[in-house]
Amino acid sequence: MRTSNDEPSGGAGVIAEPPPPSGAQSVLASLLRLIGALAIPVIGFIVLWAAFDFLRDAEANRFLVVGVAIVVGVGGVFFLYWGMNRLVEFLPVGYREGVRPYIFVGPALVILTVFLIYPVINTILVSFKDSQGEAFIGFDNFKFVFTDPSMLRAIRNTFGWIVIVPLLGVSIGLAFATLADRLRRGEAVAKSTIFLPMAISFAGASITWKLIYDFRPAGFGSNIGLLNGIMLGLGQDPVSWLDIKPWNNLFLMVIMVWMQTGFAMVVLSAAIKSIPDEILEAARIDGASELQVFRRIIVPSILPTIAVVSTYMVINAMKVFDIVFVMGSPETRGTEVIAERMIDWFFINNHDGRGAAIAVVLFIAIIPVMIVNIRRFREEEAIR
Amino acid sequence: MSVAEPVVPAPADTASRSSSVGDERGAGWFVRITVLVIVILWLIPAMGVLITSFRPEAVVNTTGWWTVFANPFKAGQWTLENYSLALDAGGLGNAFLNSLAVALPATVIPIAIAAFAAYAFSWMDFRGRYVMFVGVVALLVVPLQMALIPILRLYNNGAIIGGRYVFPDLDLVGTFLGVWLAHTAFGLPLAVYLLRNYIGSLPSSIIESAKIDGADHFTIFWRLIIPLSVPALAAFAIFQFLWVWNDLLVAYVFLGGTQDNRVLTIALSNLVGSRGENWHLLTAAAFISMSLPLIVFFTLQKYFVRGLTAGAVKG
Repeated sequence: MRTSNDEPSGGAGVIAEPPPPSGAQSVLASLLRLIGALAIPVIGFIVLWAAFDFLRDAEANRFLVVGVAIVVGVGGVFFLYWGMNRLVEFLPVGYREGVRPYIFVGPALVILTVFLIYPVINTILVSFKDSQGEAFIGFDNFKFVFTDPSMLRAIRNTFGWIVIVPLLGVSIGLAFATLADRLRRGEAVAKSTIFLPMAISFAGASITWKLIYDFRPAGFGSNIGLLNGIMLGLGQDPVSWLDIKPWNNLFLMVIMVWMQTGFAMVVLSAAIKSIPDEILEAARIDGASELQVFRRIIVPSILPTIAVVSTYMVINAMKVFDIVFVMGSPETRGTEVIAERMIDWFFINNHDGRGAAIAVVLFIAIIPVMIVNIRRFREEEAIR
Repeated sequence: MSVAEPVVPAPADTASRSSSVGDERGAGWFVRITVLVIVILWLIPAMGVLITSFRPEAVVNTTGWWTVFANPFKAGQWTLENYSLALDAGGLGNAFLNSLAVALPATVIPIAIAAFAAYAFSWMDFRGRYVMFVGVVALLVVPLQMALIPILRLYNNGAIIGGRYVFPDLDLVGTFLGVWLAHTAFGLPLAVYLLRNYIGSLPSSIIESAKIDGADHFTIFWRLIIPLSVPALAAFAIFQFLWVWNDLLVAYVFLGGTQDNRVLTIALSNLVGSRGENWHLLTAAAFISMSLPLIVFFTLQKYFVRGLTAGAVKG
């Protein structure tokens, strides 16, 4: 546990300065307290470490290993904060509140630095290097990103994804959350249905939608895809849906909308439910129609949540990879997206420099989204 | 539409939501039909998978799944064989346990860490709070595929700058801890973002009054913020759990695909690899892997019930 070792030892250095003594007894008492307070976290960390060693033991009973893993993992994180907070209690009163915020945010920052910031810096460096990630070659990789026809298509398609998917997902999610909220019975069932696709992995979703879009030309077996079943039922010829440019992009976006509307719906629904009943009732008693209640009260009250959900979906759409990749042949179908190109260059074409450059472009593209959110954060601060 | 209908004053009993809003006016035909249409649209794709998973292989590849509705009770139409085949393919039980050992801590750890951080970003004063929060949220954009290889190198070799270890060689590949930490990092930006939004929007009066009563930040967080944030925590817990449970890439890279270590998704993808594109098997396997996420959702759903949030804050 890297995080656990950093913080307490940093704190312990300050603790070593004893509190102002007022007599031999109080010194002894505070010394005992100090030892006690130090011993419990230290013993705790030793126990945690021993448990982790046990988990490496491949010969042990699998049920036991899994049980210990769950207890250690779940219990360990709470113990970490509790132990660190106990250590803070030992600081002179004046220091406690100054140190405590860093104990609250410290573990998050340490983990993010190691697991996200370091890889980002690494990637930025590699984006200026050649295919092996060794020699510096200047801006060539970025020139490639903005001139390669396949890359340009990917950029165009990604724009489509980040507009259409959040728009559809948030509007359907919001409408559904509002409407389902007013059902007397069946709210849980209805919401679970929309949420259902969230429980499916991308591989599962692609199997699901292949059963919808499936196309077999005449002579290659019967069409078992639902859409072509409908076409045949209407007396039309079956259509190879995923080959119709540029609409095949839209068909792929539908898959993501299907999977992610559940997210928007559940989060928005939680927000709607936290609007105090009194406000809604008061408006209704004053004669507001349900549409007015929705537009004038519900939407403004949950606007921050709508912004959060939209941001999340925009970012997710920007990073979309699995759907396009699993549904197949993005280059011949013209359905490339930026993240899919990145994986393609990193892992399939083994050109580290180009893959990294695409990743860097992806970061830069997110900056406008972040600026909007930072503004909102500031406004919120100003209100408080 | 309900707009034209007369507004009936709500009953005095506002404690029970269903009696105040869910009256006949509240859920008119427009509402019911719209909800029903969306529900049916959303069900159709999943229904195709469910039905296919119960049909014999020969039938799956010659007729569309919707044809079962023509004569649903025909003999030879249904089979359970796909499920027993998918389960017998080996190691699914062990994989299920491994998935649990990965998913439970990888859900709880990021939530705990994010909740502490979100509280600090909302209600504590310290230098750099604003910059740190923006920095954390900015990390939402990092595609995890990009981070995998640098992290793998860290796990294997540590990081050495100027001859000294800045990150020790912990040999974390193939351990649960290694996967938990990776999942924690990938889940943290969203968790901090969502939870800060929720925790930051709690009324400042309750925190102020707790401070006046002499509570320190740790007590306020533990006794006040956590109970009040249960809906947001539960909502995020569901998403993180599903994400980890359905993840293939992170588990494969950091835990490995050995018979002992592999999680459910890896076992399933091996099944796909060894059995080709057999839809009758794939659909059955997909539903086996979905079972636990669905149970989790139905169990935690009670936390979304309205009275809990509104009542708690008001009370």
